[in-house]
Amino acid sequence: MNALISFIIFGILVAIPWFGVGVLGLQSLFGIVIPYICFLVFMIGLIYRIVYWAKSPVSYKIPTTCGQHKNLASPWFKHNRLENPFTTFDVILRMFLEVVFFRSLFRNLRADLYGKRLIYGSAKWLWLGAILFHWSFFIILLRHVRLFTNPVPGIIEKLDYLDSFIQSLGVPPIYITDILILAGLTFLLLRRFIDSKVSYLSYGSDFFPLFLLIGIGVTGVLMRYYFKVDLYAVKQLTLGLATLHPTIPEGAKIGTIFYIHLFLVSSLAAYFPFSKLVHMVGVFFSVTRNMPNNNRYKRHINPWEYPIKHLSYYEFQERFKDKMIEAGIPIDEEAKPEEHKWYTMYGPNKNI
Amino acid sequence: MYNANKVIPGIIIFILFFTIPIWLNFGRLEAIPKPELPKKEKKCIESKEYMRAYHMKLLDDWRKKAIRENKYIYTASDGKKYFISLQRTCFKCHNDTEKFCDKCHNFVITHPDCWDCHIAPEVAKKWQ
Repeated sequence: MNALISFIIFGILVAIPWFGVGVLGLQSLFGIVIPYICFLVFMIGLIYRIVYWAKSPVSYKIPTTCGQHKNLASPWFKHNRLENPFTTFDVILRMFLEVVFFRSLFRNLRADLYGKRLIYGSAKWLWLGAILFHWSFFIILLRHVRLFTNPVPGIIEKLDYLDSFIQSLGVPPIYITDILILAGLTFLLLRRFIDSKVSYLSYGSDFFPLFLLIGIGVTGVLMRYYFKVDLYAVKQLTLGLATLHPTIPEGAKIGTIFYIHLFLVSSLAAYFPFSKLVHMVGVFFSVTRNMPNNNRYKRHINPWEYPIKHLSYYEFQERFKDKMIEAGIPIDEEAKPEEHKWYTMYGPNKNI
Repeated sequence: MYNANKVIPGIIIFILFFTIPIWLNFGRLEAIPKPELPKKEKKCIESKEYMRAYHMKLLDDWRKKAIRENKYIYTASDGKKYFISLQRTCFKCHNDTEKFCDKCHNFVITHPDCWDCHIAPEVAKKWQ
């Protein structure tokens, strides 16, 4: 049901540019206005999310660890700097492996019931599907720079050449990343359908980005290999977008499939900051990973610790003098007023 | 905002990465090259729109027909028959690859493998 609703929404998103460009001929709306708006939503939305997260205080030091802590007293215990980072550099190493190679996902386990026995086993397929998808997507993103720059930087040209070096499957040469991204996404989608445990956990917001990404991949592949478009005109349009002088190329008709592809990409961009996809920036704010485990070495100060108002003994005595005399409690005549405003656990007058 | 010394550079890197084309184009943007069309002939073997989008497919089909099936006659959609040959049919009108093919191919960055086997007419002229 979740998948069905997501798929219907995805279908509507495909139908909008199909109708808008194919029937109504609104090229400049779908080619210029919507991409710009969606790009702005993407940028501003993500910056908002970053600032929002950066404003959240982290009250405790809570890195997840699964290795030997740095031991100052007994150096024969070998410190595991990746599993139990101690310095900022260790954290950078750990985060690098996490962001680039999905190191923690490599430890992914699956649990299955065999009769009455619950068996845990290694499950690297999720890691493989994820890494296929993410790396292909990144390379495809970089490859698209060829459509937005003129002249195209040599490194992008080389990347494009390397990606398309298999020339034996017809013209235009097939991109390796095109195959890999669709393989990865298909696996990630099938996993949600076939594995009953994952299926049970899947919301519409899990299916929708997958449909959207598969839609983008499939329209891109169709556009390159089957329903071809005039690439020269496409680049005129995209270069116009990048140089902020957008024009719909005159005298050349770009196929509707291009506008569907562009609209799906725009939808993805606009949807990005409000969906699970923000893990792109969220991973850097993952407090169980971005903190060094040096709690006993360096004090972690709770940022939202508020200043505590307190009374000195003199002020206390002044306030309750009558009652103290009544109860026969001796009055300290030598108590002197102290100069103070407030006091926190971190010392006097320290506002944190 | 906490950790501003790390978050603000992060935001700057994020913005720079997603606006890469603007920085790459900055100060070195070139005019869009225009391929030089043949002067004598006004019409290609198929319509202009078809040729613009599908010429690589057509040439690929020609290659398969000529090399693998030994068929050398192509019937265009308007019924006209053409001899299947890149060098003897296409190059008859498009006689300068640098001014025609390469203009677009370099603009959109494609890596056609035509010249692995074929010799461009202007190169052939040099060797004759």
